[in-house]
Amino acid sequence: MFSVDLLLNAVVLGVLLGCFYAAVSLGLSVSFGLLDVPHVAHPAVLILASYGVFFLNDSYDIDPLLAGLLITPLLFVFGLVAYRVYYETFEKRGSDAGVRGIAFLFGIAFIIEVLIILQFGVDQRSVTASYIGKAWRIGEMRIPARLIVAFAVASVLAILLTLYLSRTFMGRAIRAVAQDEEALRLMGANPVKIKQWAFGIATAVLGVAGALLIIVAPVEPTLDRAYIGRTFCVVVMAGLGSMTGTLIAAIILGVVESIVLSTVGASWAPAISFAMLLGVLAIRPQGLFGRLS
Amino acid sequence: MNSNSVAFWIGAALFLVVIGVMTQVIGNEYPFFAGYVILQFIVLAVAWTILGGYAGYVNFGTSAFFGVGVYTAVFLVKAMGAPLLVQIAAAAAVGALLGFAVGLLTLRMQGIFFSIATIALTIVIETTVTNWRFVGGAAGIQLQRPPVMPPFHSYVQMLFFVQALLVVLAVAIARYVQRSWIGRGLQALRDDELAAECSGVPTLRLKVLACVISGALMCAAGAPAAMYLQYADPSSAFNLNYSVTVLAMSLIGGTAHWAGPIVGAILLGVTQQLLAVTISSEVNVLVLGVMLVLFVVAAPEGLLGLARRIAGTRAGGEA
Repeated sequence: MFSVDLLLNAVVLGVLLGCFYAAVSLGLSVSFGLLDVPHVAHPAVLILASYGVFFLNDSYDIDPLLAGLLITPLLFVFGLVAYRVYYETFEKRGSDAGVRGIAFLFGIAFIIEVLIILQFGVDQRSVTASYIGKAWRIGEMRIPARLIVAFAVASVLAILLTLYLSRTFMGRAIRAVAQDEEALRLMGANPVKIKQWAFGIATAVLGVAGALLIIVAPVEPTLDRAYIGRTFCVVVMAGLGSMTGTLIAAIILGVVESIVLSTVGASWAPAISFAMLLGVLAIRPQGLFGRLS
Repeated sequence: MNSNSVAFWIGAALFLVVIGVMTQVIGNEYPFFAGYVILQFIVLAVAWTILGGYAGYVNFGTSAFFGVGVYTAVFLVKAMGAPLLVQIAAAAAVGALLGFAVGLLTLRMQGIFFSIATIALTIVIETTVTNWRFVGGAAGIQLQRPPVMPPFHSYVQMLFFVQALLVVLAVAIARYVQRSWIGRGLQALRDDELAAECSGVPTLRLKVLACVISGALMCAAGAPAAMYLQYADPSSAFNLNYSVTVLAMSLIGGTAHWAGPIVGAILLGVTQQLLAVTISSEVNVLVLGVMLVLFVVAAPEGLLGLARRIAGTRAGGEA
């Protein structure tokens, strides 16, 4: 039953899958990791983006990745507005903002879910593109081309975001606001503006991430619930706000999921990310690459 | 016993008498069918408030406790055909144990991390039950109701009355906790955990205690649901909708007082029953989402807080 080939296959697929998980978690890594917004609606917006891509692909026959790029500006503006609303209603009022914030965001997630159902129905949806359905063969191994596309795009996305946060003025400002908001205020900068911009970017990234999601597998409106586990697992395991950490943590999750899937069976798959999340929270809450607090 | 307590117990007795008379007078099944769900949510919301309101630990694991209650009953029925009261008592015991485990596991987690951990726990338990063949696995399991005991005419009426007893029990416990040293300790740790710890409040022990009480009540509320539906499957018993519904009810009513979740559960529960929807239908989820957003933004202290603020400004204006 157990063979090296099988294990190797599972690990390779796991790494590819992990990079895809990194792509869908990067936004949360900014919004929850750097800005401390308990963004449980992040996966819902991700699914919304996937449906946007589906709509463009289905009606106008646009390539899913291009469609993802097309809806990015829309998502960016949506993120700007959403953070402004969140800030005015919760962060500004101060005490126990987190508790009511997470309730609010759950409400938003449910509303998005229902809007998708009302518009597109409960059926699974998928996109068509030339690279979907093909596979690469390396010896005994068969690697689906859609996973390779996801891997490549996810890597580019992670690198771009890391460079943005470390090299550009605005990116450094975002990291500064995560480290010490008060100091920034004293230097005459407006932390709310910077956080709003960062939240916009965190949401905009979901355009391409949503495209990858629907390229890798068909989506359905309630898929966001499974991705709450995966994205939060990756971000918490990475240590809040670390982009390289996000990539590594996502690969760990991908490999573990892939190995369990090929050995124990698919029925245990939903619990893996949540169990890992629980373990990390209980044993090492600052994550593997945590910023010091 | 002061006059306040006398009034409370008279109210509780009246409530049970009305419920009891209802089961004897009303012949139609539907009011019991709908009323049961509302009573169930009152128990869940009141239990949630003990940890989520008094102590400020936002628990998203209501569905985990509810589902464990359902499946404790399923297991007992399948294994030995245990009667309803045994199912409920066993579920309460299992719930207390689970609450204890959750309390220990999340001992040092605060705020949002506690919430995320409870969501994670729900899915882990759900997946475990899904893979447990004996209780039906992912496909679910059909259950046969035993014959109904007199003086009730139908099983649903009996479940309705039993759930009403659980409501009284849950509210009495929540009221006791709120008024005793436990409630004051929990309130102290909600306002400032570090300061409470420094002034000698046993915060960790209180937190675990709140988890145990809350967990036992939630599981007890879930146990009769197996017989109510005559069917159980993991994805509906552990549905995240339960967690969010109960959270919404408590927040809508107000979490500082035991009456808050009752008000919230009745308001949201009746709205949902009027729309005649089931727990997983779209309209239900939409109502839930909109109410949650609306109340969290417009009335952060819930209806009770809102009422108190209105009364406060009026009194202030006159003075």
